[in-house]
Amino acid sequence: MPPVISKLQFLSFRERIPMYRAMDLNGEIIDEVNIPAFPKEKVQEIYKNMLTVNIMDQILYETQRQGRISFYMTSFGEEATIGTALALDKGDIVYSQYREVIVFLERGFSVEQMMHQCFSNVADFGKGRQMPIHYGSKDLGLMTISSPLTTQVPQAAGTAYALKREGKGKCVLCFFGEGAASEGDFHAGLNFAAERGCPVIFYCRNNGYAISTPSTSQYKGDGIASRGEGYGIKTVRVDGNDVWAVYMATKMAREYAVENNQPVLIEAMTYRVSNHSTSDDSTSYRSNKEVEDWTKRDNPVARLRRYMESNDMWSNELEADAIKLIRKRVLDALTAADKMKKPKIDEMYSDVYDHLPKNLEEQREETRKLISKYPDYYKINEFES
Amino acid sequence: MNMCQAINEALSIAMNNDDKALIFGEDVAFGGVFRCTLDLRSKFGPDRVFDTPLCEQGIVGFANGVAAHGHSPIAEIQFADYIFPAYDQIVNETAKIRYRSGGIFDVGNLTIRSPCSHVGHGALYHSQSVEAHFSHTPGLKIVVPRSAAQAKGLLLSSISDQNPVLFFEPKILYRSSVEQVPDVEYKIPLSKAEIIKPGKDITVIGYGPQIYVLENAIQLIERDLPGASCELIDLRTILPWDIDTVVNSVNKTGRVVISHEASITSGFGAEISSTITERCFDFLQSPVKRICGTDIPFPLVFEKFHVPDIARCYEGIKFCLEY
Repeated sequence: MPPVISKLQFLSFRERIPMYRAMDLNGEIIDEVNIPAFPKEKVQEIYKNMLTVNIMDQILYETQRQGRISFYMTSFGEEATIGTALALDKGDIVYSQYREVIVFLERGFSVEQMMHQCFSNVADFGKGRQMPIHYGSKDLGLMTISSPLTTQVPQAAGTAYALKREGKGKCVLCFFGEGAASEGDFHAGLNFAAERGCPVIFYCRNNGYAISTPSTSQYKGDGIASRGEGYGIKTVRVDGNDVWAVYMATKMAREYAVENNQPVLIEAMTYRVSNHSTSDDSTSYRSNKEVEDWTKRDNPVARLRRYMESNDMWSNELEADAIKLIRKRVLDALTAADKMKKPKIDEMYSDVYDHLPKNLEEQREETRKLISKYPDYYKINEFES
Repeated sequence: MNMCQAINEALSIAMNNDDKALIFGEDVAFGGVFRCTLDLRSKFGPDRVFDTPLCEQGIVGFANGVAAHGHSPIAEIQFADYIFPAYDQIVNETAKIRYRSGGIFDVGNLTIRSPCSHVGHGALYHSQSVEAHFSHTPGLKIVVPRSAAQAKGLLLSSISDQNPVLFFEPKILYRSSVEQVPDVEYKIPLSKAEIIKPGKDITVIGYGPQIYVLENAIQLIERDLPGASCELIDLRTILPWDIDTVVNSVNKTGRVVISHEASITSGFGAEISSTITERCFDFLQSPVKRICGTDIPFPLVFEKFHVPDIARCYEGIKFCLEY
């Protein structure tokens, strides 16, 4: 039973939940307790992964504009999300929304593999069935991305429960945007995870926009973080443009989740510099100036670069060399992926079930007959035979 | 043994066979509102048999996550009428995870059990037969048993099947279907219809509790039309369904009646009917007749006029035989 009061009153508003920051906008560590314990080489690698995603995003965005791939989504402005992956163990499992490509990269999903997926070629693990950027890898503990928003949130709770039963001290990291947090599955997932005691880190990328909808039209409370307490979930809000803050918060969350078999909610405040996708022109609902101001004032890549420069880890020369190498790797991968054939046409029927049921066998036969009758019409040479 | 007890036995066997099997849903811990999970919590422990918050999309979403990690969730939705909040998880996620991931992830270990169909006084939200809503979704299997012994064998097959299965239990049969049920583990294959009664003049197709209505109607027909012989088929699995058994039967009899409780328009009978028209055209001697629920929400006081009862089935079979 709650404590009883005799004065009738509404709950009063409390102060806004503060945002944890480890490194200021100039890349200076604010408090010595926050110094990340990474060797120079690792910090350089982290930064190079950020550059890789930026360069790949630029090139693939253009590739889509030329009509060579059907769709793309960039991650500009959200590169500090890599901090989450740095805090995970091998064996932890990640559920993503779609703007977390840098986490895939950090966990070992290669640029080459991303190209195969975007070009839907025969080397794509997903056999060319899903839209570009819907990556997945079982070996790397990266659940295959799906388009329906927030469906992954209760799923993450279920997987975390299975991990808890296995007792190997592993957890789940689950990403979603602030728009996705308005879906019913957000409520379902957080409540189930708290009630069942599931080791899962819910990580919300609050980047200010869900397509054209500003977060001010998404909710009236204090962001997403204020909801955590209502579910009985330990919660922290971090500066999502500060890779060290993201790393430290995820590390603490991971320790808590695994030791206590409890969920944690992290809300990372950031800004979506990108258009929502290649099907979106964000200047129709926000000004170029707003985007430029944000990019100039606060950008996760620039912030880490300043940190590295002031700690003698980086220079203009290293930057130029890195960009050159990364561009070459991305372009080589793109050219190779583009040249490869699409998967066998028969693959359109496999994996619907574990075995092909009779109706699908019949339909596969029909497809085979049709394409052998009209091979030019169906451009079957583009497909593996 | 009644159907509740048969289902309880099947669940118990499945939990014994597989340490990774879990049973959860609303109110399953104390035995379930229909007593299907009675005593399972004390047998298998509170971490394997547990209540969830009251949220269907959460139950199926959670189950998808459990199954995607290779564990075996047996989730319960309290009434099929309340499965719709989980429609997105089932149709967009459960059914498509294997396909969209190129086979690297799947939720084949998932089974969703749910009580379905009429019960005499269930009105709009305790009576629905929802199978056709899901039969339009590749990647799912859908099973409806008609009796206690069948429920046990089909449920054990559904649980061990490496594809997600929706197992709809006709709640009117929970206590009324009493029969000998072998106390050993046995399985009845999925996607295989059963010819309950062979006949030569007309094929009558149904599933679940409608089988009993059809049996009675057939008895009356064969009494009133001497010499008439009806073949009765229990479909058992709605998806993927046993086309061959049905087509062979219709090619033999030349006439067919399909009957289900769900509303007629876009009900599963439409699928069976059009397949028969495509494949048995040369053999048909009368129109394919569907005798189904009317196209209204399931009403309380008008239930007996809405469901395809014995009189309507009798009329329909007679119409085809005399055509």
